[in-house]
Amino acid sequence: MSKAKVATTSLCGCFGCHMSVLDIDERILDLVQLVEFDRSPINDIKHIEGTVDVGLVEGGCANEENVAVLREFREHCKVLISLGDCAINGGVPALRNMVPLKECFEEAYLQGPTVHNPEGRIPDDPEIPRLLDKVYPCHEVVKVDYHLPGCPPSADTIWAALNALLTGAPLELPYQLVKYD
Amino acid sequence: MCVSNEAAVREVCERFDHDRTRLLDVVREVDERLRCVDDRSMDAIARELKVPRADVEGVVSFYSFLSTKDKGEITIRVCNDVVDRMKGGDEVAAAFEQALGVPFGGGVGRGSAGAGKGGVDGGDIEGGVSLEYTSCIGMCDQAPAALVNDVVVTRLTPSAARTIVRKLKDRSGSEDLRTLLADSFGDGNNSHDLVRSMVENSIRRAGEVVLAPYESDAGLTNAFSSSPQEVIRVIKASRLRGRGGAGFPAGVKWEHTRAAAGDQKYIICNADEGEPGTFKDRVILTERAHLMFDGMTIAGYAIGATQGIVYLRAEYAYLRHFLDDVLAARRRDGRLGSGLADGFSFDIQIRMGAGAYVCGEETALIESLEGKRGQPRFKPPFPAVKGYLGKPTCVNNVETFCCVARIFEKGSAWFSSIGSAGSSGTKVLSISGDCHRPGIYEVPFGVSLRDVLALCGATDVAAVQVGGPSGRMVPPADFDRTLCYDDLATGGALIVFNQGRDLIDIASQYLGFFIHESCGYCTPCRVGNTLLKERIDRIRDGHGHPSDLDYLKELSSTITTASRCGLGWTSPNPVTSLITGFPELLEQRIPLDPSNNGTGFDLETSLRKAGQDSGLPSYEMEV
Amino acid sequence: MSSHEVTLFIDGKEIQANKDVTVLEAAEENGIYIPRLCWLKGLSPFGACRVCLVRANGRPQPACTQRVMDGMVVDNDTEELRGIRRNIIDMIFVEGNHFCMFCEKSGNCELQAMAYRHGITAPKYPFLFPQKAVDASHPDVLIDRNRCILCSRCVRASKEQDGKGVFGFTGRSIDKRLAVSSGEGLAGTTLDVDDEAVSACPVGCLMKKRVGYAIPVGERRYDQEPIGSDIESVAANKGGE
Repeated sequence: MSKAKVATTSLCGCFGCHMSVLDIDERILDLVQLVEFDRSPINDIKHIEGTVDVGLVEGGCANEENVAVLREFREHCKVLISLGDCAINGGVPALRNMVPLKECFEEAYLQGPTVHNPEGRIPDDPEIPRLLDKVYPCHEVVKVDYHLPGCPPSADTIWAALNALLTGAPLELPYQLVKYD
Repeated sequence: MCVSNEAAVREVCERFDHDRTRLLDVVREVDERLRCVDDRSMDAIARELKVPRADVEGVVSFYSFLSTKDKGEITIRVCNDVVDRMKGGDEVAAAFEQALGVPFGGGVGRGSAGAGKGGVDGGDIEGGVSLEYTSCIGMCDQAPAALVNDVVVTRLTPSAARTIVRKLKDRSGSEDLRTLLADSFGDGNNSHDLVRSMVENSIRRAGEVVLAPYESDAGLTNAFSSSPQEVIRVIKASRLRGRGGAGFPAGVKWEHTRAAAGDQKYIICNADEGEPGTFKDRVILTERAHLMFDGMTIAGYAIGATQGIVYLRAEYAYLRHFLDDVLAARRRDGRLGSGLADGFSFDIQIRMGAGAYVCGEETALIESLEGKRGQPRFKPPFPAVKGYLGKPTCVNNVETFCCVARIFEKGSAWFSSIGSAGSSGTKVLSISGDCHRPGIYEVPFGVSLRDVLALCGATDVAAVQVGGPSGRMVPPADFDRTLCYDDLATGGALIVFNQGRDLIDIASQYLGFFIHESCGYCTPCRVGNTLLKERIDRIRDGHGHPSDLDYLKELSSTITTASRCGLGWTSPNPVTSLITGFPELLEQRIPLDPSNNGTGFDLETSLRKAGQDSGLPSYEMEV
Repeated sequence: MSSHEVTLFIDGKEIQANKDVTVLEAAEENGIYIPRLCWLKGLSPFGACRVCLVRANGRPQPACTQRVMDGMVVDNDTEELRGIRRNIIDMIFVEGNHFCMFCEKSGNCELQAMAYRHGITAPKYPFLFPQKAVDASHPDVLIDRNRCILCSRCVRASKEQDGKGVFGFTGRSIDKRLAVSSGEGLAGTTLDVDDEAVSACPVGCLMKKRVGYAIPVGERRYDQEPIGSDIESVAANKGGE
C-alpha cells in the first residue's frame, strides 16, 4: 500500500499550529510510516503536484496570496482541514476586522509608537500581496471538510485526527481534545 | 439646539407626575422640546423619575423617532419602504441630500453646504436640519412620501424635494410647517382645521361595515340597552375576528378580559399600523373616528373597563390634535365620561408611540405604554389577565372596534351574513404598488385575489405581497385564492409587483426592514434576520450556490421556531415565500458552475473594497 | 405524590415536580440538564437566548419560562432541538467578537462550554465582526462588549440582587448593546467589584481586573467535563441507589 500524501501550509498564522504538529514528538516516527509529505514548510516544496489525501491549513486569509494558496489546496486535497483558530475564525489577525483598513496601515507604518518611517510611505510595491478588506476564515473562502480548533490545537488532537483520517476511522474526537484555546 | 435644560426636563417630569410608567411620554416631550435627549437630559430624567439611568437610555435608544444626539429644529424622515422606492424614493432621497448638503444620518446641517452643487442656494435653515430614513409611514398609495417633523409630504419628486428645502430656508421663525409645506390639503377630514394635511384618503371602494356612512351613535345606544354579558354574546354571535392580522375571535378575548379579576380594566386600541404597505387605519382614524370610539366604548362597557387608550403610531402624529378634539366633543356630548349607562363611566386618551414596528405586537405595545422598551412579554399571562399596569386589558385593532359599533347598529346576523363562512364581515384593504388605482378598498371576506387585482387595475402582475412583509409573496398561480382567515389571511396590506420588479431584491429590502425593527431581545430574531439577508443578497448579486437554498430554509426554520414573538415567527416569510412560490427565479439567479465552492467569496469584491478603504494605489491594478 | 406535585414527561422519562416550578427547574431537579445561557439560579427568568428551547406539548417554549403542567410532554434532547441550539450558539458566536485564544474566561466560559457540549468546531454562519466598545474606566471591573451575549444576567443581578440598576440595554436589533447607568462609563456608576452583577456574567464581558488567567489549563471548569455534567451526574448517582 502506498503512503497517504499530506500537505500543509500556513496562511495568515504564526506557525504555532505547525509547531504543534511537531509536538507529536516520537509519534512522528509512526506518522512517517503512514504518510509522505507533499507541499509543506517542513520540506519547502512550493506547489502541490497531483492529488494529496489530506491538506492541513493553518491561518486565515488576510491577503490575495493566502487566497491563491488556499484555492490550490482545495483543488488538490481530497480532505481539507482548517487547523487552529486562525483558519477557523481569523484568530488574532482578525482583530483588524473591527478597525478601518486605512487606520490599520497608518498605525502599522506611520503612527505606531515604534515606527521609524521618515519618508512617511506606506509600502505599496506591486510585489507585495494586497490585503483583503478583512481577514477571512478559510471556510468562508473555500469549502473546508473538517475543523480542528485550538490555539494551537494540541499535538494529541492533531495526532488523533490524522490517525482517524488516515486509517479511515470516523473523525470523532473526545471532549478533552476539542478546545478553542 | 439640544442644550440640555434641567428646568425643562423637570417641568416635563412634573407634568407627568414623576410617574415612571410615563417615561416614554417624558422622553418624547423632552425630545420634542430640546430636539434630542442628550446625556445630561437622561441623567436629569433618571433623577427626577427615580429610575436607573440605563433604563432611560434603554428607552430613548429603542425608538427610532427619539435621539440622544441633536437633530436640529427640523428632521426630514424619508420613507424607504419598498413601494416608496418603486415610485422613485431613491431619487427623492438623493435630491434632499444634495439640496441640504446633509447626508442621511449624518448629523445636523443648515442646508447651506448644499448651495452651488445641486443644492438650493441662499440662506440657512434656522435651527438646523437632519435627514433620516424611516420605515413605512403608511403613505404607500401616495408614495414617495416623507415626514418633515410631524408634517406628511406625499407624491414627492426630486423637484418637490428641492422646493421643500427652499421653503424651509425661506421660512420665517414660527411659521406653521403644515401651511408652509402643503399647497393644498387632502380630501375629507384631511382639510380639517386641526389636520391640514396634504394626505389623501384614496377611498376607492367603501363597503357596508367600516366605510359606509356613519352619523348616529346607534350602535352605542343599542349596546347600552343590553347587559354587558349580552354585548359579549352578540359579538361572539357575529363571529368578529381581530382585524390586525392575527384574527383572534374578539368575543372570546372580551369574555376572558371580563372574567379576569381586577379593580381596574383597560381597553386599548392598537393604532400602531406599522406593517409596510398598510395604511387603512390612517384613513379610518381620519374619517371614522367616532365609529371607532363608539366601538371602544362598547368594549369598555362589555368588559367593565373605565379607561380606553389609543396607542397612535408616531408617524400619524399629524392626526393627534384632530383625534383629541373628537374626544373632547364626545365628552361634551355625553358620549364619554361618567354615567354613560347604568353607572358606566368611560374615557379615552391618546398616547403616542415613537417609531417602533414591534409595538404593534400587543404585549410590546403595553410595555411601551408603561414607559419601557417595546419588547414583547412572555405569554401567558395574556393581557386579558395581566395587561397594562398589571390589570386585565383588551387590545383590539382600529378596524375591529369599527366593526363592533356597526354590529350593534345593524345586528350580528347582518354582520355575519357578509363575508365567507369562517370570516364574517368585510376587510379594509390597503392596496399599493404597481396598479392603476392604489388606495383603500373595503371588500367582503372571501373575495379572490384575482378580483381584487381587477378592482385596483393591476395588470402584468408578477407577484402580490399579501399582508405586508410578514405575510407572503403570492405567485400568479395562486391568484384564485381568497382573502379570508382560512386562506390568505391579511391585516390588509396588498402590494402589487409587476413583471419588471426584482422580487429577490424586494425580499432583501423586507429583511432589511425586519433587521431594523427587531427589538433584539431574543437571539434568533436579533441575529438570524441579518444572516438571512446576507445570504439572499449573495444570491441577488449572482454569487449564490445551490446549497444556499437549504441553508436559507434551515435558518428560516430556526428563526420561526425559536423566536419569542410574531416578528421573528414571520420575518423569514419573504425568503420562504420566494423559495416556495418562485423557485425558478432563484435558480435562474444562481450560477450553474459557481467557482466559490458555495462560500460566496469573491476576491475582486474583497480587493475592491480594500482599495476603497485603504486608498492605496496598488489596488487599482488588475487582479 | 402531594397535591402540590405534578407528573410530566421529559424525553419519555416520567418525573414529578412541584407545580410552581419551570420545566428547566423540574428537569434539573431530576438530573436532566437542559442547556441554557441567559438563565441563572436566583434571577428572574428572561427567555432571551433561546438555548433552552424545548417542545412543551408540541409547542416550542423556553424551558426557563415554561411552567410545568400535569401530564405535560416535553421534548428536550431531540435532533430538531439540538440543531436549533447549535444554530443559536453559532449565531451568538458570529454576532460577537469571541477570541477564545486570549480570553481570560476561556475554560470557564459558559458560551464556549455550550459550543463544546454541542460538538461545534466552527460556526456555519459568516462572522459579522461588529464594532463593540470596551469600557475600562472602572478601577476594578472591565467591560468588553465584544464578548457580551446580551443575556441580561448582569442587568437582572444588579437590579434584583444588588439593588442598583447599574446595567441596561441600549439600541435595538443587531445594534443592541450593554449600557451602564452613567454617561461617563462604568466608573460613573455605583458598581462594586464584589457585586453579584459581575460574577453573573457567563462569558468574558464583565471581568475583574488584575485576575487574569488564574487557573491553569486543564483544571478550569469545563476543561475535562461538559457543561451540565454536574446536573447529569446527580441522575447517575440517583440511578445507582
